[in-house]
Amino acid sequence: MQRFINNPDEVVEDTVKGFVKAHADIVRLGSNPRVIVARHAPVSGKVGVITGGGSGHEPAFIGYTGRNMLDAVAVGELFSSPTAKSFFDAAREADGGKGVVCLYGNYAGDNMNVKMAIKLAAKEGIEIATVVANDDVCSAGPDERDKRRGVAGEIFMWKCAGAKAAEGAGLADVRAIAQTAIDNCRSIGVGLGPCTLPAVGHPNFSIEPGTMEVGIGHHGEPGVRVEPLKPAAEIAREMVKIVLDDHDLAAGTEVAVLVSGLGATPVNELYILNDTIEQEIAGRGLSIHKTYIGNYFTSLEMVGATLTVMALDAELKRLLDVDVDCPARF
Amino acid sequence: MQHFDNASAGDIVLSVADRIIENRAYLSEIDGKIGDGDHGVNMAKGFGMAAERIRGNDMSLAAAFDTLGTVLMTEIGGSMGPLYGVMFTQFAETIENSSSIDAKTFSTMLTNGLDGIQAIGSAKVGDKTLLDTLVPAIDAFDSANAGGKPFPDALDALVVAAEKGRDGTKDLVAKIGRASRLGERSLGVLDAGATSCALILKALALGAKQKLQLSAAAVR
Repeated sequence: MQRFINNPDEVVEDTVKGFVKAHADIVRLGSNPRVIVARHAPVSGKVGVITGGGSGHEPAFIGYTGRNMLDAVAVGELFSSPTAKSFFDAAREADGGKGVVCLYGNYAGDNMNVKMAIKLAAKEGIEIATVVANDDVCSAGPDERDKRRGVAGEIFMWKCAGAKAAEGAGLADVRAIAQTAIDNCRSIGVGLGPCTLPAVGHPNFSIEPGTMEVGIGHHGEPGVRVEPLKPAAEIAREMVKIVLDDHDLAAGTEVAVLVSGLGATPVNELYILNDTIEQEIAGRGLSIHKTYIGNYFTSLEMVGATLTVMALDAELKRLLDVDVDCPARF
Repeated sequence: MQHFDNASAGDIVLSVADRIIENRAYLSEIDGKIGDGDHGVNMAKGFGMAAERIRGNDMSLAAAFDTLGTVLMTEIGGSMGPLYGVMFTQFAETIENSSSIDAKTFSTMLTNGLDGIQAIGSAKVGDKTLLDTLVPAIDAFDSANAGGKPFPDALDALVVAAEKGRDGTKDLVAKIGRASRLGERSLGVLDAGATSCALILKALALGAKQKLQLSAAAVR
């Protein structure tokens, strides 16, 4: 393995230590060392906004901690849900007396740990409302949306809910806008190469050279099909088609577009994809309000990219445009 | 009625932890075929941490289960942390007020553990999970009891059924968790959770049998 690590069993500890040092102006370590807390949190009278997830997706999840974004984040092992206690401690750090929304992705471990965290919090009088992200189109059919995984659309959900909470909205309203945001998101991943958990030491799946996996998940979950690798323009067209065919959007709808690398894809290739992505989206009569290109939500050193399209209404657009101050650029 | 003392029986949990730690690489290897390959690593980490806290403290079985359940729930995360965490915590709560454990208490304990798992997870028997080991094991234990078999024989029946259930996961398609994304491709491979569950149940049963022998000898 050609990796910058010390001990493969302490990758998360070492990541968190370096992260907190780099961004000490914005974040601090919680009293539970598996919780990252925004310097400003908790804000009395403000709904706390938290998330949590496995590590290895940096800058997600921890990088979105900050002003007008997330108040606290529970940190899990690589690709593995944080503990119930870490979710609970994140809620405790974020609680300003108005309750907490936990906005996380639809994975078996996260679902169970959040469920238990809600019970722990209730004992201390902290109310946790949840929204479970399920924007990954290829992870289940349109009739089984509740089975779909959450991927990069989570960032849009955090952004809109974080801004809404900062305006002073109550728990029900913050939860509702987070739900609307994720309901308006559709995502697709395309994988060109696998990734390796350092403690395991070998790739967690394989993609034959010259092929690509369409619909791949954020941990290498298999996609819907393996195809010969095609020119970027054709891949981009396929990604847009999958995302928008699942998304019944009227012509003239404004959208936000996020193209994220999965870890080992050069950023210039994301721009190559985006050239066709924007052309295709415009070709469908949609208008792009904002485009984000970069490594926003990765999967260790996976080669590949994800596309997320969020349909905007006036409120989502306003909230998306609110300035944030967090370690990840957004 | 055959029974063993709850007090000082915490060493049974140490032998459970030993089996998990011995099988660290094996469990990860199975998991790697259809999952992340970190099952053994995470299980060994949690059971090892719990063993350190139990060892040398002359704990009751209830206290040792509670220690293990709490460590798994608060330190391990993933899916296995809460699932096994809740199971062992339920075991502990069931027996905490029993000075001795007979077959009936043991059965209630197992059933409460299963109920705890089903309250937080959404898997069913046949979904290729640890339930495919646990559910038939409890059924076998209960029917041996109902048939008038002695406690040690019922424990043997539990182990046989657990291992049969584990082996049966080879022929199942994963319906839940990360392996479920593989669909048919998950056929032919053991489920890692079902495998670790069989190890746990076997170590528990052997530990309980040993205690029964000791208490029978003491009575004599």
